[in-house]
Amino acid sequence: MNELLMGYLPLVVFIGVALAIGAGLMVAPFLLAVNNPDPEKVSAYECGFNAFDDARMKFDVRFYLVSLLFIIFDLEIAFLFPWAVAFKEIGAFGFWSMMVFLGVLTIGFIYEWRKGALEWD
Amino acid sequence: MSDWTANIWEYALWLAATVGLSLALLVGLLIIIAFLLLMDRKVWAAVQLRRGPNVVGPFGLLQSFADLLKFVLKEPVIPAGADKGVFLLAPLVTAVCALAAWAVIPLDENSWGRWVISDLNVGILYLLAISSLGVYGVIMGGWASNSKYPFMGALRSAAQMVSYEVSIGLVIITVLLCVGSLNMTAIVDAQRLGPGTMVGLPGSIFDWHWFALFPMFVVFFISALAETNRPPFDLVEAESELVAGFMVEYASTPYLLFMLGEYVAIVTMCALSAILFLGGWLPPLDIWPLNAVPGIVWFLLKVVFMFFMFAMVKAMVPRYRYDQLMRLGWKVFLPLSLIAVVVVAGFLHAFDLAP
Repeated sequence: MNELLMGYLPLVVFIGVALAIGAGLMVAPFLLAVNNPDPEKVSAYECGFNAFDDARMKFDVRFYLVSLLFIIFDLEIAFLFPWAVAFKEIGAFGFWSMMVFLGVLTIGFIYEWRKGALEWD
Repeated sequence: MSDWTANIWEYALWLAATVGLSLALLVGLLIIIAFLLLMDRKVWAAVQLRRGPNVVGPFGLLQSFADLLKFVLKEPVIPAGADKGVFLLAPLVTAVCALAAWAVIPLDENSWGRWVISDLNVGILYLLAISSLGVYGVIMGGWASNSKYPFMGALRSAAQMVSYEVSIGLVIITVLLCVGSLNMTAIVDAQRLGPGTMVGLPGSIFDWHWFALFPMFVVFFISALAETNRPPFDLVEAESELVAGFMVEYASTPYLLFMLGEYVAIVTMCALSAILFLGGWLPPLDIWPLNAVPGIVWFLLKVVFMFFMFAMVKAMVPRYRYDQLMRLGWKVFLPLSLIAVVVVAGFLHAFDLAP
């Protein structure tokens, strides 16, 4: 088997074993425990009344903003990983070009901050 | 022909060995977590001048196993309005993603080799990726329940987890700058030399990254608390507001799997901080009686120490408000860790210390 496969195959086996343990635990009470549902027991947890409408309602747009910001910064981190590993080889050019990239991102970040995208009130 | 069958046997043997090792690691991990859970409750009780669980077994040592039995024998309730497939898949996703992270965490390195299931050269990247996937379990659970509390809890949780993941990622970058490799074992080995050995001391705790990168260690610790939804950042399941967050509708082992995933994630974070900042399996002082102790003992001690810190924070610090939480993540930790990346990179570049 080649080198790359040998690195990742144990990972697959490990996740398989973890899945087996998880699925085993998941299935166990359906086989062992009593199962006696009634309409009150399986109703959604609320204040005692039945829900008026669907629970999947509209929600605050700021959650979208957070996820958008997350994508930008997580991508930035994904760029930084190879840069950090090859930091010595790429030398001054690599260092300064990444600083310019971070600078551009920081300007965007300051813009968002000033626009109030990070406010929760 | 004989060559081909020999190969098959070789593969079968390899597969059996890998399955055996995986099973040993997972079962060992789950047993350790059972006792860490008890420790969590005991520490919490001690801070509040209570006794904590003390009935099942001596000193309540078997409490977690009794809890497991209880969970397995409870009726699994599935709400009528729920999307059944997704509802049952969600806890499984959380638990499996949390457990899968342990495939790349090295426990020790000695003459037998590296004690790790899969010695990936991109280990820490894999770990970051797989721990991010845990968000899916929370979102799926909250959405599938079709109830308002879980829905709100899932939204909050997702926003919180992704916010603090950014600062955790940047903190990891600062460590990687000092290491120059994504391999977990290499990260620990890089801590054999450091500020302490530069001034002529034997290898000691001053060589580990917590000393050189102390502010980052603090940021990592607090972000890890937020990432794993631990108090004081447990707004996801804030009892006084959301009852139990995205877990409201869960019962029996589906609930257990959520809890398990949460605790596995906490222990993963403890192990990660031990590897990144506390020198993994290296002894605190590289002299005779200490460096004769097997590395795994030091590793476990460091993990338990970090878990103790997690438990103490839970016991002592009041809960944050949601806007304070988001402000801390985006307006304090993100700029701080971004500046730290620039400062560390600039320092290594200016003094030509990059590995």
